[in-house]
Formats: sequence, C-alpha cells, structure tokens
Amino acid sequence: MNVTYLEAIRRAQEKALADDPRVFIYGQDVGAFGGAFKATKGLAEKFPGRVLDATLSEDAIVGIAIGAAIEGARPIVEMQFADFSTCGLNQIVNQAATLYYRTGVSCPIVVRLPSGGTAGGGPFHSQSMEALYAHYPGTIVLTPATVEDAYSMLLAAVEIEDPVLFCEHKFLYNHLKADALPTDALPIGKARIARPGRDATIVTYSAMLHESLAAAKELAGDGFEVEVVDLRSVKPLDTDTVLASVARTGRLLCVSEAWPWGGVCAEVVARVTAEGFGLLDAPPQRLNAKDTPIPYHPALWGTHRPTATAIADATRRLLEI
Amino acid sequence: MSEAVKTRSAPVQGEGRELVRAYRIMLLARVLEEKLAALYRAGRIKGGVFLGRGQEALSVSVGIHLRKGDIFAPLIRDQAGRMAFGDTVLDTLRTYLGSALGSMRGRDGNIHRGRPREGYYAMISHLGAMLPLVAGGLLARRFRGESGVVGATCIGDGGTSTGAFHEGLNAAAVEKLPLVVVVANNQFAYSTPTSRQYACADLVDRAAGYGVAGHKVDGTDFLECMRVVGGAIAAARSGNGPQLIVADLLRLVGHGEHDDAKYVSEELKTSHLGRDCLVVAGEQLLEAGVVTAEELKVWRDEAQEEVDDTAARVMREPEPDPADEEWRAISSEFLEDFRG
Repeated sequence: MNVTYLEAIRRAQEKALADDPRVFIYGQDVGAFGGAFKATKGLAEKFPGRVLDATLSEDAIVGIAIGAAIEGARPIVEMQFADFSTCGLNQIVNQAATLYYRTGVSCPIVVRLPSGGTAGGGPFHSQSMEALYAHYPGTIVLTPATVEDAYSMLLAAVEIEDPVLFCEHKFLYNHLKADALPTDALPIGKARIARPGRDATIVTYSAMLHESLAAAKELAGDGFEVEVVDLRSVKPLDTDTVLASVARTGRLLCVSEAWPWGGVCAEVVARVTAEGFGLLDAPPQRLNAKDTPIPYHPALWGTHRPTATAIADATRRLLEI
Repeated sequence: MSEAVKTRSAPVQGEGRELVRAYRIMLLARVLEEKLAALYRAGRIKGGVFLGRGQEALSVSVGIHLRKGDIFAPLIRDQAGRMAFGDTVLDTLRTYLGSALGSMRGRDGNIHRGRPREGYYAMISHLGAMLPLVAGGLLARRFRGESGVVGATCIGDGGTSTGAFHEGLNAAAVEKLPLVVVVANNQFAYSTPTSRQYACADLVDRAAGYGVAGHKVDGTDFLECMRVVGGAIAAARSGNGPQLIVADLLRLVGHGEHDDAKYVSEELKTSHLGRDCLVVAGEQLLEAGVVTAEELKVWRDEAQEEVDDTAARVMREPEPDPADEEWRAISSEFLEDFRG
C-alpha cells in the first residue's frame, strides 16, 4: 500500500466518522464534491447527512461548529485554505478559545487548516497561521510533518476536548508517501528526534522538516552531524525535548515557513535562551520566510520560504560561530 | 396615555396567568437594574453596567416562550428574558458584583454570563457572533433526532450590520433551522442613529432577502410583544424555519451607565417609541382586569425586597482569589503549555 499525506487525512476522517457518531464534517465543498483537495472524497456518500457543504461563511462555519460542540457533537471543520480562516478568526479566538475558561464548558472542535505554500499559490493561498492561533490562550495547534502524524494526530485531535487547529501542509499532500498507516503514535505534545546528531540542532515542523532533513543530509557530506527535531505540535511546545537536544549539540537553529515576527521560532529561541542559556555554545539562530506577503511566481516563492540550501547555509554559519 | 395603549390588542382571558408571570419578571428585571445602576454609582460594580430599560416587554416575550431544553443566547439588554429563561437575581448580582460564587467565577462579568450546558449561552462582546452558535447548537440537536426545539438570540439595530449576523442567519436559513432572531431596534447603536446604520426602509424587509419569515412588532406594547414573539417561536418550533422579529422601541438609558445619552432628542423621548413598556404593560393588565393596582404595588415591593436582600448577601461573598485561580485556558490538563 502506498498512502499519501492527503489520503492519511481522508482516512483519519473516515475512521473518526465510523468510530464516533458525534463526529460530523462541515466546510465548503466537502460534501459530494469531496473537498477542494479531495480530503473528504467519498465520505458524504458513505456517511449520509454527516458531511455537510457549508455556505461561503467562515465566521458562521466556525460558529456553527462551536454551537454544535456545546451540544455534544464533535465537529471537524475544513477551511478551504488556512488563509481564509482569518474570516472566522473571531469565532476561533474569541468564542472557541475562551469558552472553557469563561464557562467551564469545553469546546471540542477541530479546524483543519490546509496550510503553507505551493508553487504559484500566491499571497492568499499559501499562509502558515500556526503562530497566530498559538498566540491565543485556549488553543491546541498541531503541525504534522509526516503521513503517520497526519493520520494519528488528526484522530487524536478529534478526541481532544479543546479547540484544535490542525495545520496540514498542502505541499506535503501528494508529495509525501508512506507504506502504510500507523497503528500507534507518539502522544500529542511530544516532539520527535527525526535525525540524531551531535554538532547542531535544527528545530522545525511541518514541511520544513523535509527541507531540514535534506540540509542535514547535505551537511553530513561535509562531516557535520546535525540533529533534527520535529516539534509535531507547536502548542503545546515540547520544550524539554528541544532543551535536551541543545544540551547534546550546544547549537540551535529554528526553521519555520511562517513569518518571523513573534513566531514559533521566536518562541523556541526565547525558551531555549531563558531556560537553557548555559547549554548554548553559540547564539541561537532562526530562519523564517521573508517578512513580505508570499509571492506568486515560483521563482520568487522558492526564495521567500526557507529551502534545504538556505537551511544548510544557515547551519554552516551557525557551526562557524 | 397614548391611543395605542387604549386599543386592546389581544384577548387575555386564559392567558392571564402567563401575562402576569411575564409582567412580574419584567418588574423584577426593572427593579434589579435600578439596583445595579445605584450600585454602579456607588462604585460597587466590577466593570460596566448595561441596562435593558425600555426593552423588558420584548425581552421577556422571548424568554417566556422558550422551554427547558431550548437554546437562548441573549444580548446586553435582556435581563427580563434571561430571568424568564431561568437566570436568577442571585447570579446576576454575583456576576456584576464579582462574587467568586457566580457562574462566571470572576472570569467574565456583567452581561457575559450563561450556563451553556443548560442551553443558556454566554455572549461574547462581538456582536452577531451568537447567531452561528445558536444555529450550530440547533444543528447538533437535529443530528440527535430532537425536534420541537427552538433556539433564540437577541441583537440590536447595530448588530444587524455585522458580517456574523448575515452569515449566521443565511446559514440557518439554508439549513432551515428553528432559529428565532429578535432585533430590538432601539434607535441607537451606542450613539449612532439608525440613519447611519442601515439604508433599507425597515430592517424586517431583510427577512425576504434571507428567505425567512419576518415579523414586525411595537416593542413598547407588552401584549403585542407577547403575541408576536410567541407566534414566531411557535412557528419555528413547528418546523417553519428561521424567524426574524424586528421590534421598534427606544433605549430608555444610555448605552451603559457611563453614558448620559445626550444624543437622544427630546422629540424622540416623548414620541410613541419613548413609552415605557413596563408602564404600558401595567396599564394593559389593569385594563384587561387580570390584575389590580394594589397587586402591582405589592409586586414591586416584593421585587425590591428580593433584590435588596440578595444584594446585601452577595456583597458579603468572597471575591475570586488569584492565588486559588487555576490559570488554565484548556480543559485538557495534559496539553497545557505555559504554566501560570
């Protein structure tokens, strides 16, 4: 069997619908059409009345999911693109994320955010929103980088009693393949050492994991052993695993496809500096997308986001400090 | 007394008991809000005070026609509707005075209170946002096979200008949900008059655009509010889809107690819209012969006593203690990130 990252997401939703009668899927074009990316292909037919086409109304989509969750349902919302979730931002951050603290009633919704850039995507179909949502109290923000995690973390997300932003990367949808779906998984909130090393630590997540692994492989040719940590979830952020890695290597580079200001890299660097200053042999570094809207043309986009080459260069500079 | 009051608008025989119950809740809401205003001036309230004076007839008509098991998302001027749906003087005062024993435990205040598990949703300040929530609650009830359930939410003329209002009502109409949206057109969104809020002839005209039933009511007329709102809720309950009610009335207070509302003209205050619905209600009940003047007075005294006694009790209750506060925003303790 050959399973793509996208198929893993579809299969996870299929299993969630089959296992739990409280689960329903709500989003634009998710019904008979099967979703803009086909992440819900065939599900409306298999689960009649439980995979509903929504109006073109991101605020109402999230609001309806929250109301349904209050009444005991387990909604999975598909935003057609993560970028459009800003039209539902109010419901996510002010309603879903405050509900438990204010009223004691939890809000078990999953909002799937097809995230990140693809060639030709442009400014409004390429964004990575994880830092924005992680900024607000009351959210869980997951950023799976592998087929296995896409499947197991989405299944876990449906069982979480709190609002989950599930940042699935569009670039990985069809590029990434695994032999089979996993039968067990690391718990949510645990980072994973994707490649062990001793000379420097790259902390990353989502599609940048694969660019970072390619960079580490390139650097191995130069005799450097770079450890790569896949955060898996950015909130909660597994600071312990990051610190343990930095304790081994003494050097930190954090890589993210998102914008730099106040982002996940900034948070990782802040935590390592505050809690592990003595472990560092060099100033911690970060590599983000450029601080501009995401350009449309593939030639520009390929430089806007970090690539394996850019990550390898940044790591070499870190190793020279 | 205006002519409209003299015009008997609905028979009250057989409904007398419910009308009296509605009136007493309106009265209790009025007395409670007068107390809140006094406590605010005395500096005893934590945060702002937002009153529903002049909107009690409309508000109580919503709450009283809802049943246990229905969903209600009131807004800021719905003290009467809230109490008709089961909220209490005690929890209102606890929330305003910041008692740790209130339903919001000091985590949210004044009108932002509710008990979602009992179908009583706690509003957020972003207007329009409760429409989709109630629609979603109703969708979940439908999934469970429940019928005969109604969800109601209240909003003002200003709130109708939000995207969430449009998105929520449209989505509810597409799903044919039993959602009742009650618009209190109280002539001002804070200080902004309706002439700067919408350009259609009447907000109820929008019902046709959404494909939902529209109802117009004189919000100063208690009996009419009870009849029209009751009818709309019954229509939703029997499967006729969303109902949009627009009531014309005047906010007889400022936006909040901090606001002297100088922008409301004398002309408007002395117009038909400026009638006090509580006075009108008393007159209507007297005229219908279901109450006596003595009863109205006794009920006010009883309401005053309940409110004063409860306020005195709540003012002795503990405030939330930051040292005991569980500073955690998610229910999944094992997924906590920052530790307070």
